Amino acid sequence: MPLMRYFLYATFLAMAMALAAPVDASSGSSNLQASGASLSDRGSLQNGAKLFFNYCSGCHSLKLMRYSRIASDLGLTEQQVMDNLNFTGAKFGEQIPPSMSAADGKTWFGAAPPDLSLMARARGVDYIYTYLKSFYLDPTRPLGWNNTVFPNASMPNALWSLQGIQTATFKAHGSDVTPVFEKFELHQAGSLDAHQFDEVARDIANFLQYAAEPAALQRKSVGVWVLLFLGVFTLLAWLLKQEYWKDVH
Amino acid sequence: MANRLTRAVTGVQDWFNDRAPSFGPFYRKHMTEYYAPKNFNIWYIFGVLSMVVLVNQILTGIFLTMHYKPSAAEAFASVEYIMRDVDWGWLIRYMHSTGASAFFVVVYIHMFRGIMYGSYKKPRELVWVLGMLIYLVLMAEAFLGYVLPWGQMSFWGAKVIISLFGAIPYIGGALTEWIMGDYLPSDATLNRFFALHVIALPLVLLLLVVLHIFALHEVGSNNPDGVEIKKGPKGNRWSDKAPADGVPFHPYFTVKDTFYTGFFLIICAFILFFEPTAGGWFLEHDNFVEANRLVTPEHIKPVWYYTPFYAMLRVIPDKLSGVLVMFGAIVVLFFLPWLDRGKVKSWRYRGTGFRVAIFVLGVCFVWLGKIGAGPGTDPVETVIGRILTALYFGFFGFLLAYTGLGWEKTKPVPERVTGHD
Repeated sequence: MPLMRYFLYATFLAMAMALAAPVDASSGSSNLQASGASLSDRGSLQNGAKLFFNYCSGCHSLKLMRYSRIASDLGLTEQQVMDNLNFTGAKFGEQIPPSMSAADGKTWFGAAPPDLSLMARARGVDYIYTYLKSFYLDPTRPLGWNNTVFPNASMPNALWSLQGIQTATFKAHGSDVTPVFEKFELHQAGSLDAHQFDEVARDIANFLQYAAEPAALQRKSVGVWVLLFLGVFTLLAWLLKQEYWKDVH
Repeated sequence: MANRLTRAVTGVQDWFNDRAPSFGPFYRKHMTEYYAPKNFNIWYIFGVLSMVVLVNQILTGIFLTMHYKPSAAEAFASVEYIMRDVDWGWLIRYMHSTGASAFFVVVYIHMFRGIMYGSYKKPRELVWVLGMLIYLVLMAEAFLGYVLPWGQMSFWGAKVIISLFGAIPYIGGALTEWIMGDYLPSDATLNRFFALHVIALPLVLLLLVVLHIFALHEVGSNNPDGVEIKKGPKGNRWSDKAPADGVPFHPYFTVKDTFYTGFFLIICAFILFFEPTAGGWFLEHDNFVEANRLVTPEHIKPVWYYTPFYAMLRVIPDKLSGVLVMFGAIVVLFFLPWLDRGKVKSWRYRGTGFRVAIFVLGVCFVWLGKIGAGPGTDPVETVIGRILTALYFGFFGFLLAYTGLGWEKTKPVPERVTGHD
C-alpha cells in the first residue's frame, strides 16, 4: 500500500520536474550563448549604462526607466548621470525618451527602433548578448548588415567600431535550400579584442536586464529575510501544532 | 487585573449575545464545535490553502486597482508603473501573479484529493458541485485577469478564447462581438473585463466559497479512510454527542493548518522573490511586449492552468467539436458523483481498476498540459494528445462500467478511522 503511494508521488514529481523546464521565448534560443550577466555586479551595470547611453540610446528609448532611478540603483550621483548619461535634455526625474521620432526611424531603418525597457524580459538576457555579437556584413541588406540571431534585422551594427566587422560563412545543408550558419570571421579588426568585446556585450545585456526589472535588485535581498521569517514562523507553528496534538490519540 | 479583563471580555460577549444571539452558535458550529476527522493527511490542507490564496488575491487585487488603468492606451504602462514607481508595487503585483498560479495548483490538488478519497460521493454531492462551480468561475476570473496587463499574450489569448464562442452555430459571430464590444479585443473589452474581474466574479466567487463551506459543514468532512465519523461511536473528550473520531476544528486544525500554511508560503515566497516568472510559466515572456493587433506572436498559448483543455481543443481537427470536447472535459466532472456508482469512497479500499484509472487520469491531465503549452506543430504529439483526450474521457466511462456493472472488487472498509499523522 505505501509502496504504491510512493510510486505515485515519485511519478508526479518526475512529471513536475519535466514540466519545470523553462518555456523558451524564441524558437532559436538553443543557439544562444550564456552571457554570464549578473545583477550583483554593479561595475558591470554601470559600464553597461555608459555603453547603452553612448551606443544605443541614439535610437532606442527606455521609456519605462527614469534617470533618477538609474542613479539611485547604480550608486551614481545626479551630476554623474546628467553629465554622462543624459543626452536628451530630459529632467533627472523623467523617463528616458527616444532621441529620434518613430517616423524618422521608419524612414532611415525601415522600422522604428523598439523601446528596450522590457526587451530583456521578453527575449532574455542571453538573447541580447548573442544578438549584439552576431552582426555580419551582408551586401544584400539595405544597410549592409545582417544578424544570425534575428535574420534580416533592420538594425545596423552600432558597435562595429569596438567589435570590428565580421563576415559569416554558411554551409549548404544537404538538399535544404537555406544554408546553415557555420562561423564568423573577423574581416576588419575593431578597437577591442574578442574577449573585451564579449564584456561589452555582457555589460549592455546586463544593464538591459536591470532596466527590464529594477525591482530585481531589491527582491532577492528582501526575499532572504521573508524566507527566514517564514522559516521561524513555520517552526513555531509546528511546535504549537505538536503541543496541541499531544492530546489527540 | 486578570479579573477585570475577564469581566471586560464577558461583558463584550454578553453585549453581542443580547443583540445577536445567533453569532455565538454560528461561530461554534463552524469553528470550535465543527468536528473534523482526526486522520486528515497532507492531501487535506489544500482547501484551506485555497482560502489563503483567495484572501491574498483579494487584498493584493485591491491595491493593484489603486494604480492600474483599465484602458488600452494606458494599461500596459500602468502595470510597469506599479512594478517600478509604486512603493512595493512589484511585491503586490508578484503576490497577485504568483497567487493566481498558486490558486490553480492548490485547487487542482484539492480536486484530485476529492477523487482519490471519494469526497464527491453521497452525502457530499452538493459540496462537489459547488466546488466545480467555484472552479468554473475561477477559470473565468483568471482569464479576465490575464487580459488586464494588455501584453501580447493578453491580447492574442483573449482573441483566441473569445473566438471559441464564434464556433456556436448561428449566433457565434454576433456573440463574440457582444462579448468584446468591438470586432477585436479593444479598449471596450479591456474596460469591461476589468469590471468583471474586480467586481462581478469576485462577488460570485466569494458567495460560492461560503456555500461550499456551509454545504461541507452540514454533512461533515470526508477523510482518507472514507469512513463516516458521524455514523461511528459518539463521545470524545470535548463532547458526549460529537463523533468519537472527530476533533474540534479550532484549535486543532487551525494550528495544524497554520503550520502547513507557513510551509506553503515558503514555497510561494521562494518563487515570488527568486523566480517570479517561474521560467515563463507564471508570467509569459511574450506578455512583456505591449499588445499589438498587427503583430501575431509566434506561439499563442494560454497560461499553464488552461493548457490541458487547450491541448484537447487543438488536437481535434474540427473547431466546434474541439470546443465541445474542451468544455465537455469540465462538464463531465460535474457528473462524477453519479458516474461513480461504487459505495466504497477511499481509493485505499477500492479495486485495483480504480487505482490504475485515477493514476492514468492524473498522467493524462499533466501530459495534456505539457502538450497544450507547446507549439503544437509536432504531428506525433497531436496523435498522443488525441489518445490522452480519449483516456481522459475514458476514465469516466470506465468508472461508470466498472462500478455500475459490479466489476469492482473492493477491500473491507474499517469501522473506524485508522489513525492520524
